[in-house]
Amino acid sequence: MAPENSIEVEKLVREFPKGPRAVDEIDLRVEPGEIYGFLGPNGAGKSTTVLVLTTLLPPTSGTARVGGFDVVAEGPKVRGVIGAALQEVALDPLLTGRDHMRLQTMLHGLAKAQRRRRADELLERVGLTQAADRKVGGYSGGMKRRLDLALALVHGPSILFLDEPTTGLDPQSRSAMWDEVSRLARHEGVTVFLTTQYLEEADVLADRVGIIHHGRIVAEGSPSALKDEIGRPSVHVIPCDPDDRQRVGALLDRFGEPLAGEDDVAVRLREGVGLTDVVRALDGDGIAVEDIELRAPTLDDVFLAKTGRTLEGAAEEAVVELEPEPTAEATAG
Amino acid sequence: MTALATQVGAVAGRSVRRSLRQPASVIPPLVFPVALLAVNAAGLRPSTQLPGFPTDSFLAFALAVPFIQGALFSTMNAGTDLARDIQTGFLSRLSLTPLRGSALLAGQLSGIVLLGLFQAVFYIAVGLVTGVRFASGPGGIAVLLVFAFVVSLGFGALGSFFALRTGSGEAVQALFPVTFVFLFISSMNAPRNLMTVEWFRIAASANPVSYLIECVRSLIITGWDVRALVLGFGVAVAIVVVSLALASWALTGRLSRT
Repeated sequence: MAPENSIEVEKLVREFPKGPRAVDEIDLRVEPGEIYGFLGPNGAGKSTTVLVLTTLLPPTSGTARVGGFDVVAEGPKVRGVIGAALQEVALDPLLTGRDHMRLQTMLHGLAKAQRRRRADELLERVGLTQAADRKVGGYSGGMKRRLDLALALVHGPSILFLDEPTTGLDPQSRSAMWDEVSRLARHEGVTVFLTTQYLEEADVLADRVGIIHHGRIVAEGSPSALKDEIGRPSVHVIPCDPDDRQRVGALLDRFGEPLAGEDDVAVRLREGVGLTDVVRALDGDGIAVEDIELRAPTLDDVFLAKTGRTLEGAAEEAVVELEPEPTAEATAG
Repeated sequence: MTALATQVGAVAGRSVRRSLRQPASVIPPLVFPVALLAVNAAGLRPSTQLPGFPTDSFLAFALAVPFIQGALFSTMNAGTDLARDIQTGFLSRLSLTPLRGSALLAGQLSGIVLLGLFQAVFYIAVGLVTGVRFASGPGGIAVLLVFAFVVSLGFGALGSFFALRTGSGEAVQALFPVTFVFLFISSMNAPRNLMTVEWFRIAASANPVSYLIECVRSLIITGWDVRALVLGFGVAVAIVVVSLALASWALTGRLSRT
């Protein structure tokens, strides 16, 4: 694999007329063969970044090089080395899976003798051999996503963009997609730029994660490094009597910083404090608890620490922000 | 085969496959114009008694209309298909391949033109089966097919232009009544020289659709009328040139890849 299958972005900005600054001076670098998880809520700027990096949307300012080529000046060369499965699974319901593969192989200029072989190989790889001659309109969401991935791989790209590839999939299909993406990076050296709003997905798949919020990258690093940065675990308590929530909150304040919780009362523990200390204090105050849990830091905690909101809360906020004037451009993020 | 030809073939193949797999896009353009022809031929037959009416068969006179009406359906089909590709993001998928804009347009239009030719053959067959004699003979039928090709191309490009500009299938569908206005304010039901209502005669004379109909009609009932052929082909080619230029311009804006 050529060392050029990297992605370099410097001070990238994308503004929409009368709209928000969807991407706001982001810098990032994705190394060859790396899986880079771009994590953020709806409307954060993930898809807009992908559209710019795949040459479908010109940046307002800044530079981006994909596979060693400038996305503005060398669009056709960029498209030659990338594959992309965009957020909308744009398939023709009247065509079969094999029809799609035929179209894609022809447009990518594969020799006639290669087309059928490549199509069969990819359809088998994504488990669609049996369904290859059925119209796509009858495919499940998972099958469509898998066909989308196969289409993105037709010309053997060295860099793959996957924009929320598992959104709406059942756990089994999601797991199968993870396996395939992982295999592409680990065994074939394909660089993968993956956007997701699922913490678990970024945690499981990505070598490094960039967290984007309101168009800005607020944190970047390997999932474990980011979580280590937060460092301390949290304790989550559900009292037997809901009226005790305030008492529990006051008690937990003695052990660290309070965390926002819906069903439970939670605290990020200070250094040197453990679960047993909390249990003893609760017992000492005579508070009966229904459930108590010690949680290691998650990427959501990282998001919370960096933005002051949970990923879920930020997603809801983004939806509210977009509701008054929903435009295609605004929702591209 | 060159890369461009391969790309055109790929897009055209998809367009034809799509059409064949949705009977709703093939059957109405065949049946509806023929049904209207049957109704008009039955109801307006006495028109042939008018002094100066060019034929004693209203069916032969009106057979020209389905050719143009079918081509107008092509406008809808081409536009609706392309608009759907824009709305679903399929155009973005195509944009990520080395597909050239010209190949996309040519491929889409190839499918529409094939459908237009199929329609023309069907209308000719309907005419022959119902006893219409083509005054220009087999050579005229061949010219009629060439004319169907040009007209389908022109209206198909026009539909593509509207789709590319609006990106909305609904907006393209909204054109349908407009095309009917053009059809009805034309010489579809009467020769222009026999129109007694002046404003209608002026409107029909200003309407390019009249010249398209009269070109086809001349091949069916007159024989080789050079003036009608020149006017008809002239208008058709002008529609092709203008529509293709507009569609190419709109495509450049729509394919905003760098």
